[in-house]
Amino acid sequence: MRSLSRISAIFNKEMAQLRRDKMTFGMVIMIPLIQLILFGYAINTNIRDIPVAVVDFSQTGLSRTLTQMVEATRVVKFTERFSSVEEAEAAIKSARVRAAFILPDDLAQRIVRSPAVGLGTPASTDEETSRPVAQWIVDGSDTMIAGAIKALRAMPLSELFRQPPNRSTPTFEVALFFNPEQRTAINIVPGLVGIILTMTMIMFTSAAIVRESERGNMEMLINTPVRPMELMIGKIIPYIFIGLLQTVIILGLGHLLFNVPFGDRIFDLFVGTLLFIGASLSLGLVLSTIAKSQLQATQMTVFVLLPSILLSGFMFPYEGMPRIAQYIAEIFPATHFMRMVRGFVLRDATLVDLHYDVLWMCGFFVLGILVAALRFKKRLD
Amino acid sequence: MSADQQEIVIRAKGLVKKFKDFKAVDGLDLTIERGMIYGFLGPNGCGKTTAMRMLTGLLTPTEGTVEVLGLSVPKDAETLKYKIGYMTQSFSLYGDLTVLENLSFMATIYGLTGKKRKQRVAEVMERYSLSDLQDRFAGKMSGGQRQRLALATAVLHEPQLLFLDEPTSAVDPESRRHFWEQLFDLVDGGTSIVVTTHFMDEAERCHKIAILENGQKRLDGAPKDLMAGMGANVVEIEGQNLRDIRRRLLGTDDIVAAAQLGARLRVLVKDEINAPVDFLKTKAETDGATLIEKVRPNLEDVFVTATGEGRQ
Repeated sequence: MRSLSRISAIFNKEMAQLRRDKMTFGMVIMIPLIQLILFGYAINTNIRDIPVAVVDFSQTGLSRTLTQMVEATRVVKFTERFSSVEEAEAAIKSARVRAAFILPDDLAQRIVRSPAVGLGTPASTDEETSRPVAQWIVDGSDTMIAGAIKALRAMPLSELFRQPPNRSTPTFEVALFFNPEQRTAINIVPGLVGIILTMTMIMFTSAAIVRESERGNMEMLINTPVRPMELMIGKIIPYIFIGLLQTVIILGLGHLLFNVPFGDRIFDLFVGTLLFIGASLSLGLVLSTIAKSQLQATQMTVFVLLPSILLSGFMFPYEGMPRIAQYIAEIFPATHFMRMVRGFVLRDATLVDLHYDVLWMCGFFVLGILVAALRFKKRLD
Repeated sequence: MSADQQEIVIRAKGLVKKFKDFKAVDGLDLTIERGMIYGFLGPNGCGKTTAMRMLTGLLTPTEGTVEVLGLSVPKDAETLKYKIGYMTQSFSLYGDLTVLENLSFMATIYGLTGKKRKQRVAEVMERYSLSDLQDRFAGKMSGGQRQRLALATAVLHEPQLLFLDEPTSAVDPESRRHFWEQLFDLVDGGTSIVVTTHFMDEAERCHKIAILENGQKRLDGAPKDLMAGMGANVVEIEGQNLRDIRRRLLGTDDIVAAAQLGARLRVLVKDEINAPVDFLKTKAETDGATLIEKVRPNLEDVFVTATGEGRQ
C-alpha cells in the first residue's frame, strides 16, 4: 500500500516536471513527427536517375537512340557529355557523375551481331559476336548504385529495330509477398518505431536518475524511506505512455502519408510495443545508474543507439551480417522489436509466432530493472 | 533534568571515515542527549558533513560504531529514516515543483496519505509561513523561503531527531534569527536537533557543541562551560599601530592569539598569568596602546584556543 502510493507520488512528480519541461515535451512529439516524414520520404532503396555521363565515339542516329533507350529505364540520367574517356573518368572522380556510358565507334557492327537485338544468331564461330555493345565505367564504391547499373547489363535491345522484346522464360518465378510493389516506406516506417523508441526511451530514462543527482535532489531522496524499486518503477511509468503515444504518431502518420498498413494484429502489436518500451526503459535506467552526469548519459545513449540503427535490421538485412555481428545484434532490444513490428504490421504474425523475441524482451526488461534497482545505492560512498 | 531528557539519542564510538588516503573523520566519539540542539562547529573541510552523513547512514564508517535512536547504523538505516529528518547543505527540493507539490510529494514518500497528508502539509505550511507561497515554484523563491520549505519538508513526518547541515549558510541574518526561533520551538516539542555550522553566533545558541578540526573533536560541552574553562583570558587593546603591536605580541610566550577587530586588538593571554591586564601593560610590545582592558570571552576565543596554532 505504502509502496503503491509512493510509486504514484513519484509518477505524479515526474509528470509535473515533464509537463513543465517544454523542450522535452516538444521533443516527445516532434522527434517521431519529423523523423517519420524525413525518413519516410528520404530513405529509398529503389534507385532512380543516377547522374551519368555519355562518351559517344560513334555519333550516329543509332547511338543516340540507344542512349535514349537507356535513359528511358529511369535508372540513369545523362547529365554530361564528353568526347574522351579521360574526361569521363575525371568527372567520376570529382563525383559530378557516378558512371560513364562509352559507345565505341563500331557500335553499329556490334549491335547487329549482339544476341540482345534478336536478329537471329550469327555463326557462333564468329568471335565478334561475343563482344558487348558498349561499356559502363562505374564508381563502384557505393554497392547499391553499382548494383543498379549492373542490372542494365542484360538490357534487351530488340526495340532498336521495332521488334517485340524477346519473351524469354525466366529460370525462376518470384512471387513477392507483403510488399509486392516494393515500396521502401513499407519496410522503413514500422522499423522507425523501433529506432525512435530506442532513442527517446533510453535518452529520457538514462537521464532520469542522474538528473536527480546533478540537481542535488538525490541527497534528500536517499534520506527518505523510499525503496530503489519504487523509485525505478515510478520513474518509468510516464515514459511508457510517451512511448505508446510516439508509436501511435508514427504508425498513424505512416498510414496516412505512406499508406503503410496497421495489420490485423493490433493486440499483438500493442503488447510487443509495450515490451519493447519496457526493455528500452530498463536499459536506460541501468545506464542512468552508471552515468555520473547527464552528458555521460547522453553519450551512452548514442553508444546504444548506433548499433540499434545499424545492426538491428532496420537499414541492412540482419541475415547479411557475419555470425558474430548477429550475436551482438541479438543483445539489443531493437533487433527483436524490428522483427516483431514488421511481423505484426506486415506479415500478420502473432506473438506466438515470434515467441522467442517476446520471451527475450520480457527477460531483458525484468533483468534490466533488477540490475538498475540493485545498482542504485541509497548511500553516498 | 529529568531522566527522560537524559536519554541518549546518538552514541558514536571511534568513528573514522577514510576517502582513499584522506581521513575526513578521525576517531570521533559522540554522546548526544535527547531534547537539545547539538552543534558541530568547525571550518569548511573539518569533517562536519561527513560525520553527519555517517550518523544518518548515508556514508558507511570505515571504523567505529554508530547508534542512533537505539538503532545500529548503517545496518538499520532504512528503519531509522522514518524517525529522522534531514536538511541538506544545498537546497535539494525540486525547483520545478511548487511548494505544495514538493510537500505533498515528500509527505507521500514518508507514508502519509489522503486526508492525513493534506492536514499535515497544511499544518507545516501554516507554521513556516508558506501558505501564501504554496503555488510558487521552489526554484523561484528567495534563500530564506527555500530554507523554510526545506525545514518544513524535514519535519513533515514529525521526526524525533533532526539533522541540519549548515542550514543558514544561504540566508540573511533576519531569516537566520527567525529560523533559530523555529528550531527552539521544535526542541520545545520534544525534537532533538544536530546542526553543523561555521558561524560562531549560531554555535553559541546550541545547548552543546563539539568543535571539530581535521576530522577530530577538539572540545565539546555547553558553550558557556567552554568559555569558562578556556584556559586563557581575553584582553582588548586600543591604540595606535595595532598591526605592529599584534605582530610583536604574537612572538611572545604566554600569548595564545591576537586578532584585530576594527579599532581594537583582541589578545588571548594564557590564564597562568594572574593579572593579564597589568602583564600586558608592563610589556614593551604594547607601546602605543591607549587602553588595555579585560573583556568577556566569546565562542570564537574558545575556537581559536582549541584549534590551529592556539592548540596546546
